[in-house]
Amino acid sequence: MDKQVQQLDRVIIRFAGDSGDGMQLTGDRFTAETANFGNDLATWPNFPAEIRAPAGTLAGVSSFQLHFADHDIMTPGDAPNVLVAMNPAALRANLHDLPRGAMVIVDTDEFTKRNLSKVGYSVSPLEDNTLQAYHVHALALTQLTVDALSSFELSRKDAERAKNMFALGLLSWLYGRPAEGTEKFLRDKFARKPDIRDANIAAFKAGWNYGETTEDFAVSYSVAPAKMPGGEYRNITGNTALSYGLIAGAQLAKLPLFLGAYPITPASDILHELSKHKGMGVRTFQAEDEIAGVGAALGASFGGALGVTSTSGPGVVLKAETIGLAVSLELPLVIVDVQRGGPSTGLPTKTEQSDLLMAMFGRNGECPLAIVAPQSPTDCFDTAIEAIRLATKYRTPVMLLSDGYIANGSEPWLIPDVTQLPDLQTPFATAANHETENGDRVFWPYKRDPKTLARPWAIPGTPGLEHRIGGIEKADGHGNISYDPANHDLMTRTRQAKIDGIANDIPKLAVDDPSGKAKVLILGWGSTYGPIGAACRRVRLSGGEIASAHLRHLNPFPENTGEVLRSYDRVIVPEMNLGQLSMLLRAKYLVDVMGFNKVQGLPFSIEELETAITDVIASVNAPKPRTRRPAGDR
Amino acid sequence: MPRDDSPPIGLGYKSLSLVPKTEVKQSTKDFKSDQEVRWCPGCGDYAILAAVQGFMPDLGLKKENVVWVSGIGCSSRFPYYMDTYGLHSIHGRAPAIATGLSATRPDLSVWVVTGDGDALSIGGNHLIHALRRNVNLKILLFNNRIYGLTKGQYSPTSEIGKVTKSTPLGSLDAPFNPVSLALGAEATFVARTLDSDRKHLVEVLRAAAEHPGTALVEIYQNCNIFNDGAWEILKDPEGSKRALIRLQHGEPIRFGPDNERGVMRLPNGTIDVVEVTPENESQILVHDAHAEDPGVAFALSRLPDLTLDKTPIGVFRDVVRPTYDALMASQLRQNTNSAGDLQRMLRGTDTWTVN
Ligand code: SF4
Repeated sequence: MDKQVQQLDRVIIRFAGDSGDGMQLTGDRFTAETANFGNDLATWPNFPAEIRAPAGTLAGVSSFQLHFADHDIMTPGDAPNVLVAMNPAALRANLHDLPRGAMVIVDTDEFTKRNLSKVGYSVSPLEDNTLQAYHVHALALTQLTVDALSSFELSRKDAERAKNMFALGLLSWLYGRPAEGTEKFLRDKFARKPDIRDANIAAFKAGWNYGETTEDFAVSYSVAPAKMPGGEYRNITGNTALSYGLIAGAQLAKLPLFLGAYPITPASDILHELSKHKGMGVRTFQAEDEIAGVGAALGASFGGALGVTSTSGPGVVLKAETIGLAVSLELPLVIVDVQRGGPSTGLPTKTEQSDLLMAMFGRNGECPLAIVAPQSPTDCFDTAIEAIRLATKYRTPVMLLSDGYIANGSEPWLIPDVTQLPDLQTPFATAANHETENGDRVFWPYKRDPKTLARPWAIPGTPGLEHRIGGIEKADGHGNISYDPANHDLMTRTRQAKIDGIANDIPKLAVDDPSGKAKVLILGWGSTYGPIGAACRRVRLSGGEIASAHLRHLNPFPENTGEVLRSYDRVIVPEMNLGQLSMLLRAKYLVDVMGFNKVQGLPFSIEELETAITDVIASVNAPKPRTRRPAGDR
Repeated sequence: MPRDDSPPIGLGYKSLSLVPKTEVKQSTKDFKSDQEVRWCPGCGDYAILAAVQGFMPDLGLKKENVVWVSGIGCSSRFPYYMDTYGLHSIHGRAPAIATGLSATRPDLSVWVVTGDGDALSIGGNHLIHALRRNVNLKILLFNNRIYGLTKGQYSPTSEIGKVTKSTPLGSLDAPFNPVSLALGAEATFVARTLDSDRKHLVEVLRAAAEHPGTALVEIYQNCNIFNDGAWEILKDPEGSKRALIRLQHGEPIRFGPDNERGVMRLPNGTIDVVEVTPENESQILVHDAHAEDPGVAFALSRLPDLTLDKTPIGVFRDVVRPTYDALMASQLRQNTNSAGDLQRMLRGTDTWTVN
C-alpha cells in the first residue's frame, strides 16, 4: 500500500514513559538516525530524580524531547507535535505541553483501571473528551509487541520490555528515518544475548511494519536534511563535548589531565567520559568526597598537571575552601559546575542557573577567579578549552558554569580540525628569576609577569627552584609568609587586578542587531542562548527590532560590556534564577537592567521570551515609557 | 603477599625507585630552609625536624624531587623549614592534595606532615581513604593529644575527661588510637615512634620511606605549652623501661628493665602482657610485621592502658600491596581507547558528512 508522504520543515517529538520503559534509549536512537539523516536537531532529556519511583506514577515519568528540522534550529522546542505516551502517567504529565492538533500515540494496554487511578484519572482519558483536541492513535502497543515476538522463547516480561523498540520502529517509519543504524546498534548492544538482540530487532521491525501496513496511519512525514556548513558532523551532548574540550585543552597546553571528582548529578557523565580516555593520558580519580576531588586536582596542578574537578552546586559549596587555596597559591585549576536546581539537594535532575553568585563570591576573603559559561551543548567543547587557556595563562582557578539543560541535551557538531586549535602552552619556570642585593640569583615564586600578573609555575623536580607556598598570606615577590598590612593590601589588589586584566584578553561583547535600529537589548548567559536566539528570530520575523548579546565570560566581563548596556533604552536579562547576572550588571555598571526570571527547573520556552521581548519593545515605543516591567518578570 | 626478607634498613628503596638519585653528597644543612623556625621553645617538633633533616641525606634523593605537604596546625608549619618543595595547605586536606600530586608524579618522594586534630578530626576521611588506596605517601602524624595552634582545646586523641579551655568539666568523647584506626583502614604500613628518641625515630622513618605505598607513622610529640608531659612516662628513663615495648620484626615481644615482661596469646584468644618464666618463654609472641592478617598488629595496638603502660613502638605492620599510583599508571598504558589520537576521539564512531 503506497501511503501519502507529507513534507514538513520541522517536528518536535516527545517520548514519555515510566523510568523503566527505556524512553531515553528510544530517544537517543531516534536522535542518532535523525542526525545521520542530516537534519539539524536539538534534544532535551528530562529524567525523574527518584532512583526508581513507583511504576506508573507521575514522579516516575521520564521523557526525551527531540526537535529536528530542515533548517538551523536553536532549541529542543517548546511544544511537541507528537507525544508518545507509554502509560497514563506519561500522558497526564505531558498533556499540558501539547498544542491543539498534536498527535498522541498511547499504549492502550497500560490504560488499566489501576494505572489510571494511580494518576487520578477516574475515567480513561481515551474514553472521555480529554483528548478531543488531539489526533490520537490508541494502539495496544504491549500486546502488539508480545504477538510479534511469539516465535521467540521469551518470558512475557522480556517480550514486553521490547515495546520501546516497537514504538521506535513505528516513529521511524512515520518520519522516514533510516533503520539500519538502529538494527546495527541493537546487534552490538545485545551481542552476548542473541535472544534479546533478535527480539528487539523483531520488535523494531514490527513497529515499522505496523505503520506501513495498518490503516491507522494514513500519512507519513518527511523532513528534508538541513543546509548546514560543509564538513563532518556527529551528534554530541554537552557533557561529552565538555569532556572532549578538557582533553583537547590539556593536549594543547601539553599538560597531563587529572580529574578529581565525586559522583553527582548531573555532572557524573564527565567523570564517566573522561575515565574512558586513559589512552589519551587522562587520569581520573574518584575521590572519597567533593573536597578530596578538588584537593587532589590542586595537588596535581602543583605537580605540573592540569587539575580539573567536575561537580554540581552542592559540590562547589564543599570545594570552596580548596578553591580559595588555589586562588592564594595561584595555580591553574578548572572547576566545572553543571548547575542544577537548588538550594541544598534541590532538583538534582533539573536545570537552573543559580550558582553564578556562588561562583563569584562563594569563598572567604577577597577571592576572585575567572568564570566562563557555555551557551549550547557543542559550545561546551570551546568553553572548556577557553577555561584551560585562562587557568594556565593566568595561574588561576576558573569556574566553568554549565547546566543540566545543555549537559544532557545534544545537537549536531561540526567536528573541529585539531590542527586548527590554538596552542595553549605556557612554559614552566626553569631558572632563578631574581637577583638579591648581594648578587645571588634566586627564585621568587611570587614575582609576577608584568603583563598578565601571573606568577611563575615552578614544579617539583626543577633543581634550584625549591620553594614553599601555602594558604597564609605571602609577601609580594619572594612569597614567604607575611602578616604585613601593606603587603596584604597589595596582594589582595594584585589578585583582583590579575583577574580583571583578563578582560583585555577576551573578545568584546558582540551585539546582533540586524536592523541596527533596536532600542531594546536582550542579554543572556549560558544555556539561555538557544531560547533567546529563537525568540529574537520570531520577534524579528514579525517586524520587531531587538538586539541580542550573549556573555561567555562572566568574570571579568568583556571590556565593552558597560558601553553596550548603555547603548539601549532597555536591557532585558533572562535567567533561570532570581536575577544574579542582573545584580552583577547593576552593581558594576549602574544600569537598571530588567530581569526576566524563571526557576521552574525548566529552560525558557521560546514563546514566553518572545512575549516578554514584544512587551518591552512596546513599552519602549509607547508614549509614556518606564511604566511597566515585562509581563513575565516573576 | 609479604615482601621478600630484605634487611629492614637499607638504601635500596623500592618505593623511591622512580625518584632520581643525587650525585652530590648531601648534608643536613642542604635540607634546612632559610626560614626561621617558629615553634614554642621546647616543643617536640624541633627534635622531629632535626631528625628528618638529618636523615634525608641518607635517602640519596635529588632534593628537588622531595615534596612536603601539610594541613593546618603547629606541625603543619614543617614544610616551611625544609629546603625542598613544600605546600602548606588547608586543614585536614593534605592527604587528598598529596594524592593528586603523587598519582601524577611517580618521580617525587611525597611526605605529609599532620597532627592529631588535622589528620583525625577534620581530615579523618582523607586519611582513611589514602590508607586504603595505598597511595605512595609517607604520612607523619605528630600526636600531642591537644590543639596547640588554637591554644589548647582537647583533640580526638585526648583522654576522656581531659580538662581544657573547651572542656572545663572534662571531655566526654572516647579518643582514637591512631595505630588501631590505620590498621582498620587497610593501611599497609603502620608505625609509632617518639619525638625524643632520635635513633628509633630515624629507624622508623627509614622503614617508612622504603615502604611502597602509604606509610603512617604516629609520632608521640610533646606540646610543652598546652599538654606538657603527655607521653612523659614513655620518655623518662626509668618509666620507659617498664612501660615501652620496642617491636622488632622477627624478635620475641619482650620488654621491662630485665626483659622480664612478654606478650603472649591467652587461652581466650586475646593477647596480654605476662611475666616471662622459663615455662612460658617459648610461647612469647614473635613479632611479624609482614603478617598478612592485621589481627595481631591490631591486638598489639590495643595493649596500652590509660597509664600508657605496655605501649608498643616500632613498625606494627609492613606488607606489600600494589600502590594506587602504580596501578593508575598501568591503566594509562593498557587503555588504548582512541590510541592517544585526539582527532579520532573527537570523531567517535557515528559521523556524517555535509557537502
Ligand atoms: S603550641 Fe605546643 S605543639 Fe604548638 S608549637 Fe607550641 S609547644 Fe609545639
